Amino acid sequence: MAVVSDQFVVSNMQTVRRRSSPAFDQGFRWASYGSALIVLAVLAGIIGSMVYGGWPAFQEFGFGFITSSIWNVGQDQYGAWVAIAGTLTSAVIALVIGVPISIGIAIFLTQLCPPWLRRPVSTVIELLAAVPSIIYGMWGLFVFAPFFAKYVQIPLTTIVEGMPILGTVLYARVPSGVGMMTAGIILAIMIIPFIASITRDILDQIPTVLRESAYGIGCTTWEVMRYVLLPQAGVSIIGAVMLGLGRALGETMAVTFVIGNANRLSLSLFDPSSTIASRIANEFNEAAGMQMHALLALGCILFVVTFIVLALARLLIAGMKTH
Amino acid sequence: MSTIALNTSSAIGNAAAADASAPVRIAVKDLNFYYGDFRSLKDIALDFYDRQVTALIGPSGCGKSTLLRTFNRIYSLYPEQRAEGQILLDGQNILSSSIDVNELRARVGMVFQKPTPFPMSIYDNIAFGIRLYEKLPKSELDGRVEEALRKAALWDEVKDKLRQSGMGLSGGQQQRLCIARTIAQRPEVILLDEPTSALDPISTGKIEELIEQLRSEFTIVIVTHNMQQAARISQYTAFMYLGELVEFGPTTKMFMNPVKKQTQDYITGRFG
Repeated sequence: MAVVSDQFVVSNMQTVRRRSSPAFDQGFRWASYGSALIVLAVLAGIIGSMVYGGWPAFQEFGFGFITSSIWNVGQDQYGAWVAIAGTLTSAVIALVIGVPISIGIAIFLTQLCPPWLRRPVSTVIELLAAVPSIIYGMWGLFVFAPFFAKYVQIPLTTIVEGMPILGTVLYARVPSGVGMMTAGIILAIMIIPFIASITRDILDQIPTVLRESAYGIGCTTWEVMRYVLLPQAGVSIIGAVMLGLGRALGETMAVTFVIGNANRLSLSLFDPSSTIASRIANEFNEAAGMQMHALLALGCILFVVTFIVLALARLLIAGMKTH
Repeated sequence: MSTIALNTSSAIGNAAAADASAPVRIAVKDLNFYYGDFRSLKDIALDFYDRQVTALIGPSGCGKSTLLRTFNRIYSLYPEQRAEGQILLDGQNILSSSIDVNELRARVGMVFQKPTPFPMSIYDNIAFGIRLYEKLPKSELDGRVEEALRKAALWDEVKDKLRQSGMGLSGGQQQRLCIARTIAQRPEVILLDEPTSALDPISTGKIEELIEQLRSEFTIVIVTHNMQQAARISQYTAFMYLGELVEFGPTTKMFMNPVKKQTQDYITGRFG
């Protein structure tokens, strides 16, 4: 029986056989290769031109370009430290505020949310990720900053005035609402959808039976999450956080609106500051000569930092999926 | 067909005979269970006896796992699932809303189809469950962990690596770790939901031996697809079909001389 049907198939193939066109197929393959190569070429081009453009600044100021906090266009002296510190500080504030909220959202969605509510809440979170950053910037500057100044900065400044440490860190010289803290909070809102939705996916991948057996020995929801599910998700959640960090480091428009763009190093979180991205956005239009080189060099630094963070994030998340 | 029946009956000799004088530990009365609108358990009435192994058998989807999952109310994690009726554990209705489910789950331990070690050390896998309910000094906790691992016949294999992760153990060892975790809480009842379905025959044999030993201390309910297993390790057997309890009785009688034809057909492998 099997033999007969084999013969049938073979003869059938011969009659149906169509003319193939190897030339077309070859062309199609090359087109696919080409598409992929374009991405590589663009990336190489960007890296190349940034390094080329920033090189004079690195040469002029040496390692001091990173450690100096002087950025004086008049005297043509440039140091990146204020912008680097501002970038890192605003990102850390964003993580400190955003990560617990994101994990809370993910836990709610995967463990506690009634099924009918799950879809709407997930959609709202994804919509939050789709809001253009300029909208966050405008909202931050016109709505949030005045509110923040009136109800947080001014009362808090009167309370902490004269206190050690807190009197410096939370003291607003000019309580205008813009500054490092505001930028951090806006960034937190912007990274929440990313961290929350990836953490939700990670928690969804954990087998139900592990969750049931944790409840099965009499754990409360908190104990199930804290001691079993979150440790099980482990490094993947760190990956999700780093993906959020990558976005916070590079975010430009919203931060430029609300950070105040000061070139001075301040220990107070309520004072204006700047980040690498906001500095570039502010000055690029009118920059020339060494200032332009310095800005491109800043861009190089941001590129390297963000690249490392994102690469690590992908590595950690991939680790979970192969598990 | 007849060979299967023969194998099954020859396995019966291994388990101790049902103890007719054992008091009732769990009494199920008029139990109905719903997944949304679907009624998956129909007027179940059944008694489980103290320190006896009761096997729940029946084809897939017959409701045996559902029944098991009512005894520690694990189903209540899912809002669309609900149970109606009464389940009396030592005379107390555990379906009553005044019952603290977390405390109930410490009294009624459960082991699942797949081993589920927690992401922590072997020691902590056991100690974690104890710490939830008892504040013990370190030395006493160590003793409880060792005791549980010994009872689960795992102590000799892990005593030198208590600080290592529980995930590094083999499947069979992981499942014994889960049993140790359950008995460390000193529950009254142990529920086993196809505990050997993911294990090789040697590991399965060890778990079956273990169940036989644990019977002296705990009331055990086991769901199994494997008829020989039910025959080997249980004193009582309940056969379920389409959400109904078809027949219940001492295992020897159920396998040698069932009253209902459906039971006879299932046990001899004619359907299911």
